[in-house]
Amino acid sequence: MKGSVIKYERDNIDTDVILPGPYLKIHDYAELATHAMEGLDKDFHKRVKPGDFIVAGKNFGCGSSREHAPIALSYSGIKAVLALSFARIFYRNAVDGAFLLPIEIDESAYKDISDSDSLEVNISANEIKNLTKNKVYKMKPFPELIGKIIEAGGLFNYKP
Amino acid sequence: MLNITEKILARASGKKEVSPGDVVFVNVDKVMVHDVSGPGVLAVFEKLRKKGMVIDKVWNPDKVWVAEDHFVPAADKISAQNIVLLTNFTKQFGIKKHFKYGMGQYGICHTLSHEEAMVLPGEVYVGGDSHTNTTGALGAFAAGLGHTDVAYVLLNGKIWFKVPETLFFKINGKLPDHVMAKDLILKIIGDIGTDGAAYKTMQFGGTGVSEMSVESRLTLTNMTTEAGAKSGIVEPDQKIRDYLAARGVTRYDEVHGDADAQYEKIYEYEGSEMEPIVAKPFSPENTVVARDLSSVELDKAYIGSCTGAKLEDLQAAAKILKGRTVKIRTEILPAAMSIFRKAMDEGLLKIFMDAGVVVGPPTCGACCGAHMGVLAKDEICISTTNRNFPGRMGHVESQTYLASPLVAAASAVTGKITDPRDLK
Repeated sequence: MKGSVIKYERDNIDTDVILPGPYLKIHDYAELATHAMEGLDKDFHKRVKPGDFIVAGKNFGCGSSREHAPIALSYSGIKAVLALSFARIFYRNAVDGAFLLPIEIDESAYKDISDSDSLEVNISANEIKNLTKNKVYKMKPFPELIGKIIEAGGLFNYKP
Repeated sequence: MLNITEKILARASGKKEVSPGDVVFVNVDKVMVHDVSGPGVLAVFEKLRKKGMVIDKVWNPDKVWVAEDHFVPAADKISAQNIVLLTNFTKQFGIKKHFKYGMGQYGICHTLSHEEAMVLPGEVYVGGDSHTNTTGALGAFAAGLGHTDVAYVLLNGKIWFKVPETLFFKINGKLPDHVMAKDLILKIIGDIGTDGAAYKTMQFGGTGVSEMSVESRLTLTNMTTEAGAKSGIVEPDQKIRDYLAARGVTRYDEVHGDADAQYEKIYEYEGSEMEPIVAKPFSPENTVVARDLSSVELDKAYIGSCTGAKLEDLQAAAKILKGRTVKIRTEILPAAMSIFRKAMDEGLLKIFMDAGVVVGPPTCGACCGAHMGVLAKDEICISTTNRNFPGRMGHVESQTYLASPLVAAASAVTGKITDPRDLK
């Protein structure tokens, strides 16, 4: 996976800003994408390109259980969110619905990666290459079950 | 040496014991969807059908129940259509427990979960809403899930969980009269932070909790979500048995932790030392004592939601509002019709209306900034709800202060954030 970075240098990016409450009634995935990150970054929809990564601080996706949040990001073209940590429901929605990869990175990678950097993510090697800065970071390996669900392409394709 | 959560998850996964960190597939006893997650689940079903899966029944329609709460009364054409989708869904799949707006009992899903005894002690309960944690106050394992996971439960009757670590909050002694469970849980979230219990269970106990009403315990478990918790739980006791018996339910299989149950960490609070607490914008962890905010001028007071519009919440507001009038726009929306009726029978509605308050139907509308009274740019609201993220209750530049019903009602009277002790 290769793409460029949209970085939000903040913790606790909640589902109310990822996909605001008034749009919860919408279940058309493409339409949801047009409102992604609207509560935090009005220009996100214009800026995001297929394959982009979001980089953020800790507790990404906290708040509600709305699957609209990973759906809106996924249908905007986001392939992975790289964050210091994730809120639990966002994390499992992203994985079980196969919308995007929630990748945990450490503090040094978080600090080092800049907005617009070009990254290459290799989950089988647990590695993130920063092509702009010519550096390599380790990502936290997925727990066993999560890795299997990702490999299967979502919970419905996974056979326990 | 297992705690209640570990014992419930062990039983539901057919194991003798489980430990924190174990990943288990558990059999689910009850599952709930509402007018946001229901259509979301149906969208997942559509996606699966396009891939060739046949979906013509759910695993057990008697274990599924449905609420209409977020966008009722229908806010617009799309919300109205979602209610139609939900109705067709329950008809097609033979789901009988569908609490419909305008047809007797209906209300916010988490409130119905206890008012209607939809979930019982010892059960595994999942719902398509993050505040599903609320129902853990009945002694069940209760956790929120997204659409895909709920769809999976509806078809398979089970789901995976990582067995959580448990944080135990021991409350010593009763809370003072001017302090509510809301103040206590805000204080706890302020102390541990919005990810302080991430992926963990928050269990509440001690004499302060055993002295507490069932509704107060539900306020504690409700807001465990705001600390990032997977679930919140209280061991069932006689108060729970009486509460359920009053709702016609006496048969269930209680689970209790072992005497030497293990917890990751134990936090202790002295009930008598608690004070009215308010969470400032834009995070539930941004807490201070209410008195520190006495200069904050308000535009609106909102007493509603699964967190802050149960019967005792309305009784607390009425205690303050009796014989007084509000200085700012104030709305009180009981969380379920059964509570609305009790408030009427007890004369609370008259007190509210005499004070100048608008009393409205149960809905999540304003709490999630969707409809039924959203905030304008720069408006400031004091609210008995559970979240105050940017834009949560309306315009992204509006502000919400989270508080107890006592503080919200006292603030409605003065127009500024007010500790109920300071009301003349």
